Amino acid sequence: MNWTWFHRLGSPKWFYGISGRWLPLLIAATVLLVCAGLVWGLAIAPADYQQGNSFRIMYIHVPASFLAQSIYISMAICGVVGLVWKMKIADVALQQSAPIGAWMAFVSLLTGAIWGKPTWGAYWVWDARLTAMLILLFLYFGVIALGQAISNRDSAARACAVLAVVGVINIPIIKYSVEWWNTLHQPASFTLTEKPAMPASMWVPLLLMVLGFYCFYTVVLLMRMRLEILRRESRTSWVRAEVTRLTGRKK
Amino acid sequence: MNPVRKKRLIIILAILSGMAATVGLAVFALSENINLFYTPTEIAAGKVPADARIRAGGLVKEGSVQRNEDALTVRFVVTDGDADVTIEYRGILPDLFREGQGIVALGRLNAQGVLVSDEVLAKHDENYMPPEVSDALEKTGMLKHYEATQESKK
Repeated sequence: MNWTWFHRLGSPKWFYGISGRWLPLLIAATVLLVCAGLVWGLAIAPADYQQGNSFRIMYIHVPASFLAQSIYISMAICGVVGLVWKMKIADVALQQSAPIGAWMAFVSLLTGAIWGKPTWGAYWVWDARLTAMLILLFLYFGVIALGQAISNRDSAARACAVLAVVGVINIPIIKYSVEWWNTLHQPASFTLTEKPAMPASMWVPLLLMVLGFYCFYTVVLLMRMRLEILRRESRTSWVRAEVTRLTGRKK
Repeated sequence: MNPVRKKRLIIILAILSGMAATVGLAVFALSENINLFYTPTEIAAGKVPADARIRAGGLVKEGSVQRNEDALTVRFVVTDGDADVTIEYRGILPDLFREGQGIVALGRLNAQGVLVSDEVLAKHDENYMPPEVSDALEKTGMLKHYEATQESKK
């Protein structure tokens, strides 16, 4: 197997170049998917027979929850890559993912609470799914705080990578909490093996929103990583040239 | 992969599996406490601590809801198919409360084995459908059948 692509990914300059080419495409996909998903989901999709219109909050809640978990898994993978291959770009990706993931977890908890009041009768219940999700939010806070608190870049990278890798144990707990224990939160409406527990007119816009959120995450992550790379590599000649090109004046 | 990296990868995997085992055991030990509610079968079997506030969860039995004429008190039976528990509640029920709906009630068991509850939460299932579909199912009498099959699938 040829590993050159993997090692090339570790080069900040190469990454900066290639991500710059992908960004416009990803931004276009994000705008298209999220707009289509929002209009379809909030205006066109039929109301639910029990919950009426309040079920529409799932078009934000479900993608945000998916993302909150996926981002953590991707951070754990970056952590492993950073620890094993000592790739600096993995640390950049890990650090820059954490705030996005924290926001997604927050949005998921907030929309869940707003939906919970009319549907369940309570904003918050200490059930296994909700509590595990709250722990995920705190894990994100932990990674952010750890990254900021240690001034030595290499030590901070190692500490954050270990926390990200260890914290990934929480993800299967979130996923299976609704099956292992009695919870107020309903089980998953979507599985890879069975057909969704709702008609296509409801799940197609949801699928668009989920894909749109993934594109959105990629866009924000790439933008944040590019900025961080320019900051970290500010002494190299290619970054100086790039900054001069972007600002149009010499330093 | 060079030996140094291989070693580091093995160490990480070892730490991760150790942590997973620890958390797994902790979660297993706590599993009684992590359950949000007791099922009527568990209550009937006496697995419930006496004189403690507990949550009971199950489906509201068909035809069991009795409303008091001049107060907000409601009595209904919650079942899981094997056992029943009677619940007495004073207050406003959530919108989704109806016969056949899954609910969770918080309260204390009294001497007669009735759960005197001060909070009732409706549990929503994972199924969504447009009102026209549910109306059509209702007309043909298939809605109950549909919900029963969804319930038995779990």
